[in-house]
Amino acid sequence: MKSFLANKTPYFFIAPAIILLSLFSILPIFVALIISFTDLDLVGIADWSSISFVGFENYKEVVSDPIFVKSIFNTLFYVVIGVPLVIVLSLAIALLINFGKARIFKAFRVVFYMPSITNVVAVAVVWSYLYNPQLGLFNHVLNLLNLPDVPWLQDPTMAKISLILLALWRAIGLNMIIFLAALQGIPKTYYEAAQLDGANNWKQLTRITIPLLRYAIFFVSITTMIGWLQFFEEPFVMTNGGPLDSTTSVALFIYRNGFQFSNFGYAAAGSFILFIAIIIITMIQFKIQNKQQDY
Amino acid sequence: MKSSAAPKQSLSSSIRQEKIQQWVVGIILAIGGLIVAIPFIWMILSAFKPESEVMQLTPTLFPEQWTIENFHNLFVNMNFGLYLKNTIIVVLWSFVGLFLNAMAGYAFAKFEFKGRNQLFFMVLATMMIPGQVTMIPVYLILNQMQLTNTMAGIVLPGLVGAFGIFLFRQFMITIPDELLEAARLDGASEFRVFWQIVLPMTKPILAVQGILTFIAGWNSFLWPLIIANDENLYTLSVGLQLLKGQYGGNFALQMAGSTFMVVPIVIIFIIFQKHIIDGYTISGMK
Repeated sequence: MKSFLANKTPYFFIAPAIILLSLFSILPIFVALIISFTDLDLVGIADWSSISFVGFENYKEVVSDPIFVKSIFNTLFYVVIGVPLVIVLSLAIALLINFGKARIFKAFRVVFYMPSITNVVAVAVVWSYLYNPQLGLFNHVLNLLNLPDVPWLQDPTMAKISLILLALWRAIGLNMIIFLAALQGIPKTYYEAAQLDGANNWKQLTRITIPLLRYAIFFVSITTMIGWLQFFEEPFVMTNGGPLDSTTSVALFIYRNGFQFSNFGYAAAGSFILFIAIIIITMIQFKIQNKQQDY
Repeated sequence: MKSSAAPKQSLSSSIRQEKIQQWVVGIILAIGGLIVAIPFIWMILSAFKPESEVMQLTPTLFPEQWTIENFHNLFVNMNFGLYLKNTIIVVLWSFVGLFLNAMAGYAFAKFEFKGRNQLFFMVLATMMIPGQVTMIPVYLILNQMQLTNTMAGIVLPGLVGAFGIFLFRQFMITIPDELLEAARLDGASEFRVFWQIVLPMTKPILAVQGILTFIAGWNSFLWPLIIANDENLYTLSVGLQLLKGQYGGNFALQMAGSTFMVVPIVIIFIIFQKHIIDGYTISGMK
């Protein structure tokens, strides 16, 4: 009896988590795959017999949808500009904070981390006000400096950059903490040895710190890249994709087709294309990383 | 640090140089920190201005006339009281999820059972699935379960998480087996072992996860937005999104709504920041 119970105990402990994960993470993948080959919409939800199998029709349609193509280019814009900025800035701030010896430097961690815990809607509401063309703080400050107004959210290219600025502000904190943890893991003796050899700060940074942070930099670039490929909340709350779909990301395109137009099959096809893109880009990064290590 | 052969003069000058560097770095960080803090400062100050003052073309830094009218409006003209109640319910449920994560992490760490490695791999694999792929099918599944427009539908999809399970497992694996065996020999039930021995020993990770769970629950946006059809189930963030749509021009009211959402989190964060930031070191994020 006792061994029977002992055998069952672990299953009792994992059951709730496994059931929930299966239902809301594993099963949905298969459901998404199946419905991406159907024309499921609102009618189809109520009456399953009206759903018909359409083969690759959704995939063909979505890759020729001009808004989807535009959303891909927008997402690439976010990734290409945003990811390097996140890595460079959060690493720079982490290095500066780590360099400081006074107690006040610990307070800076809190300040820079703060944006990443705040609610995205609240933050987007605040930044919309800051970006406002007439009443916003940013244009007012520019005018004080005798500079012209910037069409923060009105110009198609500027709107993308404005969203990147907001996302950058939110992303620095967490990555800075990861870099700080990694920096504290570097043995002090390396630096002492380098100083004995007369290496200056810059040499210590480029020859010791950066190479030893390689794994942390890789981790941050992978997670940041995946995050930015799924860029959603900022354009959703701030611009809703406008002006003229110039800020629509792939994730926003999927959300809109799924929940606003109820084209579930079509949206699922779009989401699978995004999923495959994420897998391919992640694999490429792993390949590059491995090559560098060989070298 | 310096070789002892170096003359005294260069030692003191290098100390002075070091001091100057410290000051330069401190000033750079202070300026950066101020820039990062500007949105918060501006939000809070604007929330206490009357609407007319916010609409002026030359903005004031400090309110000329401090007012709490905006906050009053949130609760009288908008349903922020209701949104707050719903948000608190979501937060309480997310703590149930935290408990389920801890239970699963414990089983993966401290029991040998058939299929353990495969199941753990499956849990980790779910971390790679992007939210956009599961968003629509999860909605359809909840719809089949007749859970749309219910609190259960809002809470269930994010209740447990692979990352939480993983962190608990990593931490609990370090608990000595002898301790658990001794408790079992004393006749403690399996659940009591977990509740009275394992959980108290997990305090550091429990603290980090507890704070992060609170923050995530308080900020929850996507599922309430998708699942809640009527205002009765709106959380604060969905309510704030609604406010932005309805009172698009009233920035004072919007800032008050944002302040109401952000300030509690900031206070909690400042109190517990040591746990959160050190938590990343505990989690082995090196």
